Amino acid sequence: MLKKQYLPIVITVCLLGLMFAAGSFRYTGFFSLQVLFNLLIDNAFLVVAAVGMTFVIVSGGIDLSVGSMIALTTMISATLVQQQGWPPAVVIPLVLLIGSLFGSAMGAIIHYFKIQPFIATLAGMFLARGLCYVISINTITIDNSFYTSVAQTKIMLPGGHFISISVIIALLVVIGAIYLAHYTRFGRNTYAIGGSEQSALLMGLPVARTKILVYTFSGFCSALAGVVFTFYMLSGYGLHAVGLELDAIAAVVIGGTLLTGGFGYVLGTFFGVMIQGVIQTIISFEGTLSSWWTKIVIGLLLFLFIVFQRLLSARRSVHKI
Amino acid sequence: MVKHHLFWPLTVLGALLLFNLVYSPAFFRIELRNGQMYGSLIDILNFGAPLILVAIGMTLVIATKGIDLSVGSVVAISGAIACLLISKGADQNAFGLVMLAVAVALALSVALGIWNGLLVSVFGIQPIIATLILMVAGRGVAQLISGGQIITVNSETYNYIGAGALGSLPFAIYVVLIVLLVASLLTRRTALGMFIESVGGNPTASRLAGIRSRAVMFAVYIFCGLCAGVAGLLLSSNVSSADGNNAGLWYELDAILAVVIGGTSLNGGRFYLMGTVIGALIIQTLTTTIYIIGVRPEITLVVKAFVVLIVCLVQSEAFRKTLVQRFKMRKYPLEQEVKRHA
Amino acid sequence: MKKEQGPILTMSGIHKRFPGVKALTDVSFRLFPGEVHALMGENGAGKSTLIKVLTGVYAIDSGEIELSGKTVHIGSPQEAQLAGISTVYQEVNLCPNLSVSENIFIGREPRRLGKIRWKQMHAEAKKLLEDRLQLHIDVTKPLHSYSVAVQQLIAIARSLNISAKVLILDEPTSSLDRNEVKQLFQVMNNLKAEGLAILFVTHFLDQVYEISDRITILRGGEFIGEYAASELSRIELVSKMIGKAFVELDQLPKVRGTASKELSDVTAEAVQLGRKGAIEPFDLRIHKGEVVGLAGLLGSGRTELARLLFGADRSDEGILSVHGATKAIGSPRQAIDHGIAFCSENRKTEGIIEELTVRENIVLALQASRGWFKTISRKKQDEIADEYIKAININPPNPEHLVKNLSGGNQQKVILARWLLTEPKLLILDEPTRGIDVGAKAEIQKLVLSLSDKGMSVLFISSELEEVLRVSDKIAVLRDRNVVKVMTDDELSQQQVMQAIAGG
Repeated sequence: MLKKQYLPIVITVCLLGLMFAAGSFRYTGFFSLQVLFNLLIDNAFLVVAAVGMTFVIVSGGIDLSVGSMIALTTMISATLVQQQGWPPAVVIPLVLLIGSLFGSAMGAIIHYFKIQPFIATLAGMFLARGLCYVISINTITIDNSFYTSVAQTKIMLPGGHFISISVIIALLVVIGAIYLAHYTRFGRNTYAIGGSEQSALLMGLPVARTKILVYTFSGFCSALAGVVFTFYMLSGYGLHAVGLELDAIAAVVIGGTLLTGGFGYVLGTFFGVMIQGVIQTIISFEGTLSSWWTKIVIGLLLFLFIVFQRLLSARRSVHKI
Repeated sequence: MVKHHLFWPLTVLGALLLFNLVYSPAFFRIELRNGQMYGSLIDILNFGAPLILVAIGMTLVIATKGIDLSVGSVVAISGAIACLLISKGADQNAFGLVMLAVAVALALSVALGIWNGLLVSVFGIQPIIATLILMVAGRGVAQLISGGQIITVNSETYNYIGAGALGSLPFAIYVVLIVLLVASLLTRRTALGMFIESVGGNPTASRLAGIRSRAVMFAVYIFCGLCAGVAGLLLSSNVSSADGNNAGLWYELDAILAVVIGGTSLNGGRFYLMGTVIGALIIQTLTTTIYIIGVRPEITLVVKAFVVLIVCLVQSEAFRKTLVQRFKMRKYPLEQEVKRHA
Repeated sequence: MKKEQGPILTMSGIHKRFPGVKALTDVSFRLFPGEVHALMGENGAGKSTLIKVLTGVYAIDSGEIELSGKTVHIGSPQEAQLAGISTVYQEVNLCPNLSVSENIFIGREPRRLGKIRWKQMHAEAKKLLEDRLQLHIDVTKPLHSYSVAVQQLIAIARSLNISAKVLILDEPTSSLDRNEVKQLFQVMNNLKAEGLAILFVTHFLDQVYEISDRITILRGGEFIGEYAASELSRIELVSKMIGKAFVELDQLPKVRGTASKELSDVTAEAVQLGRKGAIEPFDLRIHKGEVVGLAGLLGSGRTELARLLFGADRSDEGILSVHGATKAIGSPRQAIDHGIAFCSENRKTEGIIEELTVRENIVLALQASRGWFKTISRKKQDEIADEYIKAININPPNPEHLVKNLSGGNQQKVILARWLLTEPKLLILDEPTRGIDVGAKAEIQKLVLSLSDKGMSVLFISSELEEVLRVSDKIAVLRDRNVVKVMTDDELSQQQVMQAIAGG
């Protein structure tokens, strides 16, 4: 039997199926596994970033620094690998560490100084973006053999289809995050805080630690998304991933997560990203439609999902009385 | 004097100007060419005009405990629709055509403000979430209007709004003054200002005092949309073109920053229009200064990051308490914790 | 009762001060295993402070807490839980978005190698609820899909699971209906039989006598006494809570009475007005120039009644007429337009706008009823502010002072001024003298009397019975969300009113 709490995610999946079906009927060459795999390949970094965002939003916060953090990661990776000649084996763990620390710093500021997540991560967004330019205002192209080989490796699947290493990373992150969200205390505490921070406090849960960890995890995911993005673009540039935080937030909301916190699924976010990908693909197949329709459609979906959530929560509060 | 709400913003602005005085005296030079004034100071006012406008609208929204993330998109839409209409006209210089374009752009901005107001005050959606929708979709709409390209217009009449001069000062400065005047009159000469501060300060008590808080909220979002619309006109007419993709990018963030620097709290309540104007001028001066001293302009972002952080920390009660507690013995932090939530 | 076991919890000589307030003065409290012990007291008696001390939210200034014979120091809610003291609040402090079983186990989920074992958790939760609370529900559903009553039982289950020795139930029944209360009491009796010590806080006298073994009474932060429920009559209980022995009370001069007045015009009349879950349908008639007092214990429905008249909450049945014409009052705005004003008991959250000045707070309601554009000129505002500051002695007498910096009494006067300025026909005052000093109290009482002499009707709500008696022409007594009696003239004696409050 279908449980009520899975309703939003079911809607998301149905929507994805519907869109994919519509695309398949309309355009020849749309209905193929490779189109699906390309969705994954092109959006792997967004999946990773949106997973981190899911945790933040479930905890009742928001993280605007995601896009900038990705840019900063590409920038640091590019300079260190390309200009300083550091080995990728050092650089990648280093950028992941930097991302995590960046996230924990924001989390600490948010928790201890009671500064709204929106503002604290806005400062983080400015800072990360600015630091990119401190490093360089130009694009730094990467021709390091490790990066290029990762970027070019096609993992062949039966039927002549292929995916990239980034897709594997993204899928691992999704699976790991699902485990984290549903089978660990950290995950459950995140949901508890999103449901009611005061209750969580009175129930004796480690609120401070969890909140900081949530932003740490989001910072880690952004940095990892940055690494994946580096594979994808093979360059570091301060203008990479501008506005990506909005895409991530949209994916999370379309995936059925409540923007007010406490409810949502990592898997939903994954499908949310896929929906955005399908919209883009349809628009590119359409040919006559231009890319900005993506934003309009995503805005429309955001509206529908937010109003839907609002209605659901309104009914819930009626039920309480 | 230190207590006056304009003290800190003015001090910061003064310090920035002082720095320029020492570093590049040319900063203060104002030349008169063809009867029009030129110079860095004039540039700051001129280029800062759109930001000041957006920030004025944002101030009122923030005073009601709200926020409007969609202003940047509205700026882009307003510029795009005005330029589109003018570019389609037979005689782009025709006064009537330009007026029509301006009217349509402003009407559209008001409509977008109504949309935001509807979501916030009628549907009861959190402002940050409600306005996020238009922030995302609005960019697309702007690009839709401009067909994804930069629409260039060849209209001296339109160009006058953003780049012309009245007397010896840029026309844009007058536009800002008018909007500021209207906003001040509207809020300080009518009861609207008191209602806004009351609703932002304590929504429940305001309702019990008989204030129609929904109407108040509606009004501020509409006004904010209108301000953003005017800013979009200034911005696009200044360069005689509309770029749906980049016009007004980051404006929401700069505007929020200007409001906060100006002394208006993000928690709503008291608002300071003059403070906001000075806040916006600080941001613009900062940008110009960084440009003048030859540091890459992009570094502004890093400086901004620290400004945001410092201003918010100073406003944060928790932060001040922590500082005080450094001197005193720590006392049951949990007590405050629970009290705050209760 | 198994007193022979000795108390599981003993509190002695507890003192707790807040800046400017003595919240608890030399309070003692004992709790035995296998008993339900009611903690009674009016507003400001110190009940909630005592509970917060027990649960580690507040630290005590001096005194001793012994648990199972050992002195304990309770530093935080977590420590309280670990020591075996659990609390269930009226507003359930659980996470509504999580499943029932998680709410019971979160923080202590059964795990293997760090992985939460959901199946085991659900099974244990189900067993716990069924065995000890006779509650048969789907534990995998989110908490918010159940009623408050069930949520409270789940909160109790969580406490039991942390091996509670002492269970504190803080006004658990306030939002429950009759059957739900019955179910809760059943559970309480079972737990009592298992030897659990239960501290029960409620405002409902019937419930106290139905379930409690013993009663401890606090008043004004002081310990009044500990009694066996069977040996304390209702009227004694009420008088101890309210604070005067009868003899003393009857000697107080009766100030008011309708006899002196000619009552012709009806200002407002409620006929079978009611709201589900807030107040049962009631009739009330308020005449011109009459002061109607509402007497009753905290939680008896006084505030709810007032809010209905003012449109702060919508009524769902009955008729309200103002000056003889039936009005549908759905919002404060409409009520104000009909000449009704309401000073809420929650000064801070529902009264003042902290960030605004005294002047702005005073003119707010008048300005609101005039709308945006018919502005009261600044000059006029200053005049008004000065006039009221003088008339009702607002201190400091500076209209530009921020209202948050005023004392409670002066804040109250500012709100009074706000409403007087609108020249209401009916002024509703909900606990206008709570938490303010004696001088200011007397001033407010005098003001009420002079207003009524000028023809204003006043609905006066207070927990202090003497005060209500002093100012009222007529008193409506509330008990358990019902208007049980409307008393006038010669009926207006302390004893009579108290009897009506106590009921039974």
